[in-house]
Amino acid sequence: MDLGQINPLLLLASLMVAATPILLAAIGEAVVEKSGVLNLGVEGMMITGAVVGFAIGVNTGSPAVGFVAAAAAGAALSMLFGVLVLYLMSNQVATGLGLTLFGLGLSSLIGKPYEGMKAPSMAKWDIPVLGDIPVLGPILFRHDPMVYVSLIIVAVTWYVLTRTRAGLILRGVGENHDAAHALGYKVVRVRLLAIAFGGACAGLGGAYVSLVRVPQWVEGMTAGAGWIALAIVVFASWRPWRVLLGAYLFGGITVLQLNLQAAGAAIPVEILAMSPYVVTILVLVVISLRGNHGAPGSLGRIFHATH
Amino acid sequence: MIHLEKRPQPSQFWAGFTPILAVIATMIAGGIMFWMLGKPPLEAIRTIFWDPLFHETFGPYSRPQLLVKAGPLILIAIGLSLGFRAGIWNIGAEGQYIMGAICGAGVGLAFYPSESVLIFPAMVLAGALGGWAWAMIPGLLKVKFGTNEILVSLMLVYVAENLLASVSQGLLKNPEGMGFPGSRNFRDFPAAYNTEIISGTGMHWGVAAAFVAVIFAYVLLTRHMLGFQVRLTGEAPRAARFAGVNPTRLILFCLGTSGALAGLAGLFEVSGPSGQVTIDFNSGYGFTAIIVAFLGRLHPIGILLAGLLMALTYIGGELAQLMLGLPAAAIQMFQGMLMFFLLAMDVLSHYRIRFNKTVPV
Repeated sequence: MDLGQINPLLLLASLMVAATPILLAAIGEAVVEKSGVLNLGVEGMMITGAVVGFAIGVNTGSPAVGFVAAAAAGAALSMLFGVLVLYLMSNQVATGLGLTLFGLGLSSLIGKPYEGMKAPSMAKWDIPVLGDIPVLGPILFRHDPMVYVSLIIVAVTWYVLTRTRAGLILRGVGENHDAAHALGYKVVRVRLLAIAFGGACAGLGGAYVSLVRVPQWVEGMTAGAGWIALAIVVFASWRPWRVLLGAYLFGGITVLQLNLQAAGAAIPVEILAMSPYVVTILVLVVISLRGNHGAPGSLGRIFHATH
Repeated sequence: MIHLEKRPQPSQFWAGFTPILAVIATMIAGGIMFWMLGKPPLEAIRTIFWDPLFHETFGPYSRPQLLVKAGPLILIAIGLSLGFRAGIWNIGAEGQYIMGAICGAGVGLAFYPSESVLIFPAMVLAGALGGWAWAMIPGLLKVKFGTNEILVSLMLVYVAENLLASVSQGLLKNPEGMGFPGSRNFRDFPAAYNTEIISGTGMHWGVAAAFVAVIFAYVLLTRHMLGFQVRLTGEAPRAARFAGVNPTRLILFCLGTSGALAGLAGLFEVSGPSGQVTIDFNSGYGFTAIIVAFLGRLHPIGILLAGLLMALTYIGGELAQLMLGLPAAAIQMFQGMLMFFLLAMDVLSHYRIRFNKTVPV
């Protein structure tokens, strides 16, 4: 093994790219859970976003259009979940699982003709002055636009959730839906919007995998990223900046194990490939030791207004 | 104005009737999907649901397959349904299935080419233990630290898949396999082969185990204290706590049982229909079984019927692939749709639909 082949600069630079899909999916899910809904369909929405983003990106030749389409597809799929959970009051865990299974089937159906194609390339932003800073420049300021979009989404989410009235209402609905309803807030409407936002973010995250990270369409390519995003929300105690931290930590592990594989480490490839999942489990254990602080009070409970 | 009124108790009638409605709705929606894919909808539905059983040419080949596919689905779903009833969500059955297959097949292959009659029972035991141990990981983490079992069991599926890739190219690789990945074929190892009990019916030991599991689950849920505790915990968790139900014991029991049954399903599959440990011998039964459990209303008899129906969509799907060029993924989507319709129609068993505007005060 030649650890010298691993360039720490490149490692850190690719960390942000590796973390972005999970970051996008996790920040969306954090908002959904803050509103009191547990959507386990993140994986299904991500993979659907991945295939739709890729298909539209290839057909139009524009990754940007692909991303918009992926967000729309993720949101549309999430509405299926929203209607079932909010209007037909189905079990959230079961419906989320159903959404994942459905999304996996849908994506491989749409994706068949696109296997083996190459995604239209997305230009990297070489931010003029900042990008030239030694060390920090290549790590932070020479990425594709979506990396920065994801950071903006995190910042806006943090601001809206903690500093605005809309965020207060959303959190109120999530903490105690009966009280929020009694105060006259539209619980179902707020949650539906949150679910749509979560779906759009998951779609974007999926499209980032197929358009930028890989970049081609492979069946089942998100490989559990949606589930890891769910774990990161728990890790982050439902706080936006901690979601960012969790996603980047996780991105770091992914990049490190890929680099170790490439450097021909003495550790078997399978052990390295399973490491992100094992680490996720370990992190979940550590978090649960501390107790699940910050879980919204109404998370996963069915809301049925009688009046 | 339509509004919903919660029933004091779930309707027995609708609980039994909604799965049938859901299947019909899925056929209609599926027909529309097939039509959009440019396939004749009625013919596609007939190919999936009718031809595997009654077509003169394909029937004789397809009918045994029904039990071969339904066996593992029922076995896994029975285990899952216990946990789902109690609000314990083991969604990593696919991983437990893989680990059961690896452990069971490993024991068998270790004794190659022995002809002892004890080999197959030992494999069965190892398979169940493998699945059980894999499910104990989320179980113990949940009872010791309160870790979320949904995420842990799901993560372990990916770990198991990587282990499977590793052993099928390493530890369990056929030493006489010319370097190809995959273990020895159990067809060439009679003492360890999961043969058909009644030839030509597809009835192998795994199917028999599935039927036994259905009976056991039925007795457990209707006649045994533990089954009562499972139901009570799911329906009224607070009452269960006051009644002295030990949650730790219940969590370990539900996860352990579902893991052991999934492990058994894996062992029977790998030593029979699949024949060898390969990197992709698992065909997603662990996930489809979740749909089977819900379609069967988490009830043993319901699961038996749902397993057979789901097996039919697998076989019919393959037939439709052959005859009409229907993409394989269309069937996966079809199964997903079924789950959605089922959950959507569930509202009928828990709520009454009222059409008047006046709400009782």
